[in-house]
Amino acid sequence: MNTDVMDSRPTYGGLRLDPRAKSHLVVVDGDGAPAVLDAFAGAEDELNRTTILCAHEDVAAGGLERLCALRAARLQLSGSSEDLLTEFERVLDGADMSVRIYVAGRESFIGKVVASAALRGVVPDSVVAERRGGVSRRVQCVHCKHIDEGVTASPYRCSGCGQHLLVRDHFSRRLAAFQGVRIDAEIPGEVPPAMELAS
Amino acid sequence: MTVHFKQETFRDDYTYSNSPEAIRRFPFPFDKDEYMYSVNIEQHMPGPAKSPFEFPIDIDEHYVSEMRDRAITLAQDPKRCQSLPHMITAEWDLVELLMESMAKHYPELFTLTQDGDRWRWINRPLDIDQTFTFGDASTLPYPPMEYITRQCQGDFALLDQRLDNLWMDAGMITSQADWSLDFDIGMNFLEWHAPVPLAKDMAIFERALKFLLNLQQGRPVRRLNWTMTINPRLDTSPENYDKWGADRATVTPENVGRKVHLRVELQAMWRLPRSNAIVFSIRGYLINMDELVTVPKWARRFHRVLRELRPELAEYKGLTRYRQTTIDWLAKHDDGAPTSPGFQPD
Ligand code: HEM
Repeated sequence: MNTDVMDSRPTYGGLRLDPRAKSHLVVVDGDGAPAVLDAFAGAEDELNRTTILCAHEDVAAGGLERLCALRAARLQLSGSSEDLLTEFERVLDGADMSVRIYVAGRESFIGKVVASAALRGVVPDSVVAERRGGVSRRVQCVHCKHIDEGVTASPYRCSGCGQHLLVRDHFSRRLAAFQGVRIDAEIPGEVPPAMELAS
Repeated sequence: MTVHFKQETFRDDYTYSNSPEAIRRFPFPFDKDEYMYSVNIEQHMPGPAKSPFEFPIDIDEHYVSEMRDRAITLAQDPKRCQSLPHMITAEWDLVELLMESMAKHYPELFTLTQDGDRWRWINRPLDIDQTFTFGDASTLPYPPMEYITRQCQGDFALLDQRLDNLWMDAGMITSQADWSLDFDIGMNFLEWHAPVPLAKDMAIFERALKFLLNLQQGRPVRRLNWTMTINPRLDTSPENYDKWGADRATVTPENVGRKVHLRVELQAMWRLPRSNAIVFSIRGYLINMDELVTVPKWARRFHRVLRELRPELAEYKGLTRYRQTTIDWLAKHDDGAPTSPGFQPD
């Protein structure tokens, strides 16, 4: 086990079809489409029991056509990634307990899907997820509680309170966010240069 | 037993201090001259008279002022007290545990009268006389956990047990060693402990969790934990770290004795009867270095513990900036003589 990774930060094993599931609900974001193709291509029987949800604008170039070509029982497009999340919640509310949830894309998006599923009684570890796409994090400022999406470096400046925040590896599944803490609290003004987040 | 309650503050002018009796009963956490994490869990048995272990819930001279400080913190940030909806039964379990224990062991201070579900609670130090229906939250001015923990020293977390894990699904946390309930609520035992260094590789959390999953009703357990705080501040939350963090850079050889505090947590865990949840109490005690060195054994021992402490632990506990200044100051109180085993003063 990699001891550098905090236990609060989920690790995503990769999309693997669960043949025992009665139906499959797949949510795709950004660069996630190839992960879905790898897992589902050729699985005719399973695809007959599969719903794929994705957002027009968010699926990377070419991804959409290839998802269409999979010929899943249902493929549903949303206008934006926010609508996609709402759509996911609507479909999940109507699904029975034996549905298996898959999500592929940015870590911040996976976090939101898992958190919203958890509110609906789905055990987070039962969601099959694969991280694809660049490193960016959703971070909550512990001081003013503002959440910044797409944080790529640490420290960064909180757009809520303007303080310079260290991005910790500590992750809350409920908030689907990492924690940001003021980096120069002990010596105000002593802010080290920002470094790209490596993972 | 009569307790004289001090009027003191834990912010702004920081008038908090310990009486000689409070120093004497301080739960000094080191039984040898070095410290490392371990699964230090023991039965929460009644301890010696006047010690903080005498009763399951310890009320001391700081009670009234600590409750006032909690109220200030809650007024500024209500999210220090949160409870997920399924924890309501555990909240009532906690009301029962605390009221019964406080009334039984401090009858001059607290009285509980139970007539079926009709309960009357009298809290003399805080001037409260409340009649309510046990199990009916509408008969109390606050939700049950908030109601009773506004009247009991120490922070509290309620842990739900499911899927072979413990989930921090409720808590009253206003005097924490730099962790956030608002961030951690809903996490499981391994998740909320993730920031702790080294312990994971020692399998400490795995073993502790396994132990707690089997915790039996009526057989509470306890452990001690410690850190250090600059100024006698209770609210060392991450939320306000942008305000108190700078205090760590204010320690000088001249002010170590007053400013630098050893902060000990007496943590106790009970299985609750109706909810099967666990309550985790974090009862904090603060002592400054001037007070600590009035006990020669503690002065010697704390000097050695701090000097030998692993850098990972010092960093995690936030001591790095003032550790050496404190060690140098304590060195003057350490003549190198051997210390006796155990926690007690000689
Ligand atoms: C079930 C109740 C418990 C709760 C709610 C709890 C909660 C916490 C929290 C919130 C932290 C701070 C983590 C952070 O930095 O964000 C912590 C630290 C820690 N916990 Fe626990 N804990 C519990 C039980 C235990 C037990 C049974 C052990 C036994 C070994 C333990 C060992 C530790 C240690 C070693 C630390 C690091 C403390 C330091 O160095 O100051 N905990 N705990």
